[in-house]
Amino acid sequence: MTIEIKTLKVEPRRQTFGHIARRYGADKPASRYDEATLDVQATANFHYKPLWGADHWLYDERRTRVTMADWYKLRDPRQYYYATYNIARAGQYQTTERNIEFVDKRGLLAHLDPAWRETVETYLLPLRHMEWGANLNCTNICDLGYGTAVTAASIFAAGDHLALAQIIGRIGLLLDGNTGASLDRAKDRWMTAPEWQGLRRLTEDTLVVKDWFELLLAQNLAIDGILYPLVYGRFDAAGQALGGSAVSMLTEFMNEWFTEHSRWVDAVIKTAAAESPENRALLTGWFATWASRAAGAFAPLADHVLGAEEGTRALAEVVGGLQARAKTLGLAV
Amino acid sequence: MNAVAKLGLKQRYSLLTRGLDWEPSYQSKSAIYPYAEFEGIKIHDWSKWEDPFRLTMDAYWKFQAEKERKLYAVLDSFAQNNGQMGLTDARYVNAVKLFLTGVSPLEYQAHRGFAHVGRHIPGVGPRVAAQMQSLDELRHVQTQIHTLSHYNKFFDGLHEFPHMHDRVWYLSVPKSFFDDARTAGPFEYFIAIGFAFEYVLTNLLFVPFMSGAAYNGDLATVTFGFSAQSDESRHMTLGIEVIKFLLEQDPDNLPIVQKWVDKWFWRGHRVLGLVAMMMDYMLPKKIMSWREAWEIYFTEAGGSLFQDLSRYGLRVPKYADVATAEADHISHQNWAVFYQYTHAAGFHTWLPSAEEMDWLSEKYPTTFDKYYRPRFEMWGEMAKEGKRFYNNALPQLCTTCQIPMAYTEPGDPTTISFRHSHYKGDTYHFCSDGCKDIFDNEPEKYSQSWLPVHQIFQGNCGGASVEEVLKWYRLNLGADNLDQAGSPDQAQWDAWMEARRRVAG
Repeated sequence: MTIEIKTLKVEPRRQTFGHIARRYGADKPASRYDEATLDVQATANFHYKPLWGADHWLYDERRTRVTMADWYKLRDPRQYYYATYNIARAGQYQTTERNIEFVDKRGLLAHLDPAWRETVETYLLPLRHMEWGANLNCTNICDLGYGTAVTAASIFAAGDHLALAQIIGRIGLLLDGNTGASLDRAKDRWMTAPEWQGLRRLTEDTLVVKDWFELLLAQNLAIDGILYPLVYGRFDAAGQALGGSAVSMLTEFMNEWFTEHSRWVDAVIKTAAAESPENRALLTGWFATWASRAAGAFAPLADHVLGAEEGTRALAEVVGGLQARAKTLGLAV
Repeated sequence: MNAVAKLGLKQRYSLLTRGLDWEPSYQSKSAIYPYAEFEGIKIHDWSKWEDPFRLTMDAYWKFQAEKERKLYAVLDSFAQNNGQMGLTDARYVNAVKLFLTGVSPLEYQAHRGFAHVGRHIPGVGPRVAAQMQSLDELRHVQTQIHTLSHYNKFFDGLHEFPHMHDRVWYLSVPKSFFDDARTAGPFEYFIAIGFAFEYVLTNLLFVPFMSGAAYNGDLATVTFGFSAQSDESRHMTLGIEVIKFLLEQDPDNLPIVQKWVDKWFWRGHRVLGLVAMMMDYMLPKKIMSWREAWEIYFTEAGGSLFQDLSRYGLRVPKYADVATAEADHISHQNWAVFYQYTHAAGFHTWLPSAEEMDWLSEKYPTTFDKYYRPRFEMWGEMAKEGKRFYNNALPQLCTTCQIPMAYTEPGDPTTISFRHSHYKGDTYHFCSDGCKDIFDNEPEKYSQSWLPVHQIFQGNCGGASVEEVLKWYRLNLGADNLDQAGSPDQAQWDAWMEARRRVAG
């Protein structure tokens, strides 16, 4: 017996939007990333100059000295649009939530060597303010940047940095039994402790950078590129012998996030550098400035946590790693 | 043993979020927040800000991811099952075209605008809320594109939406509206979009489109609408919190805020004229008339809102009475404009059927039969005689709202309303007192308007003939424009319905 299902054949008249088809060179089915991203930002015939900056249009390529023939070359290799971004992060955070519950239930932080516990409070908790600075910087890049490819990824990064600040806050609450006292101490350190002042100055200085691409490089490549390997790599490793594995569990999100985030940063910097010798020179110059400023700013903290000798060595290795990374991105390091 | 104190939601949120900010000392506050003062708004104590919702980022991801999973499951199934064939009628798709070309790009603008506010307002509470709204608005534009991408595969008029939004004459109405808000200072933007648009007027934009979708079998769009509802209610609570906060912080803020409320009410009202026309003329199955919607959502809901806000000294927006009187006219006048210029529009038009005209008579007892039915009936007669009426002259535009000057004098529906102002040796024209006031308050800003008709005459839009201009818009002539009857959309729809009858038979 055969069953015949009656169907109507309905043929599409086109596969995608005109602006996508022109980019593909053919009318063919488009990915959701492409349809959600490409050419979504307005480019022409703006009505009024901003009251907050009449020297530029609302969306203006000249807000950075970097030039691109096509700003949509700065694609996100993760192909994040809103849905895929949120679904990915919700999944990652489930693991973090489970880790926090596990550490809490087993009272694992009690196994921390008391001196190291104090050290963790010193180096980890004030970082929430630095993440908050990073959040503002990424929001700023979304505000001032050109082309949805880079601006959408930037508001996602801003959300990430807020979450990172809040994870650190939760670790503080685990350490202080939900009183918030550890967070108050962390803020005092951020404001006054000598080992933090270079980092606070660095953060405040980034908040006034005018060129959004310079800011993108300073924050996402130079600062993040030292912070994550140093704090969640070197500092964390030093804590292993001192009962710090619970801290590693609580900060696993940071490592996973940094690896993924770097894929995006690398793609953006590499593409912009490959666009022209002028871009390459510009990015190289910015990298030299901000990587060296970041390295200098982290030095007192590294010394404080690891001891002067080991701190200097660890930081030098991390900075060396960052320079090697920059070289692979086409910067003249 | 567990002596650990449990944290309440408010306390937990405050510890994890509000404590993040610090007083800078290596850079000045004014260097970090350079746009916080030029508008004259005085804030004395940001800590008085009450967070209207207390979402940490992890909770945000969790809720939003869940909603997206459900939404995309529906979109996939809609596409797979050719859901577009379940529409009431092919005419409905024209509302979708207006939405994607006119409204979705505004969601994008809102996304970037809230990023600006989320960076530049110097209080941590509103800044985080604005950042989340920026993410939400990105969600809205992206999910709308994904929802309507399927329609683009089968229908005309959707295929060049970003290009059109930047160029087409009637799309400069919504575009200039949002450009206006985006180019204002951060506090004005917050009042314009967060309060005037999201709180006072959103029910007249979002609800009609989404209910229209529900009434007309557009399952994909209505699912998007439901899914966005919880975002919208967050945005509304943020909008009301902003205005209360500004008014509570300093009495000097009242006149500034009142001026913004007046301005943005009128700007919004003009943009919503497009929705009015959509509701009364474009939906094959009507939800309610524009006038009824205006009564419920502005006169009643807005009335009690402004009563509530009167304790701060805020009064009902200027010209609200004019807008209410216009509710009897605006949809008819707008549809008449698009009917005359159907050759230059990216969607199709038609004359209302006899039953539809009866519905309009019933809904507009004091105006439709007297002023508008005769016009539509005459155009119907002309079309029958092979003399379908096209207006081949380019219309004069209002400098502020950019709508063709087709609106009539308050209280005199047979006289076109003209107003003008002089500024730096030039004369600027307006459709109404509301639009003239807005110009007169900020002439430097509005004298910059990119007016499509002026631009065509200046030779900036592809050429001197209508055809050249339409090609510059990237309209497919004979497919995207002109009457619904005889369009490729209609022919295809008829073929589908015919095939369906055959299969069913």
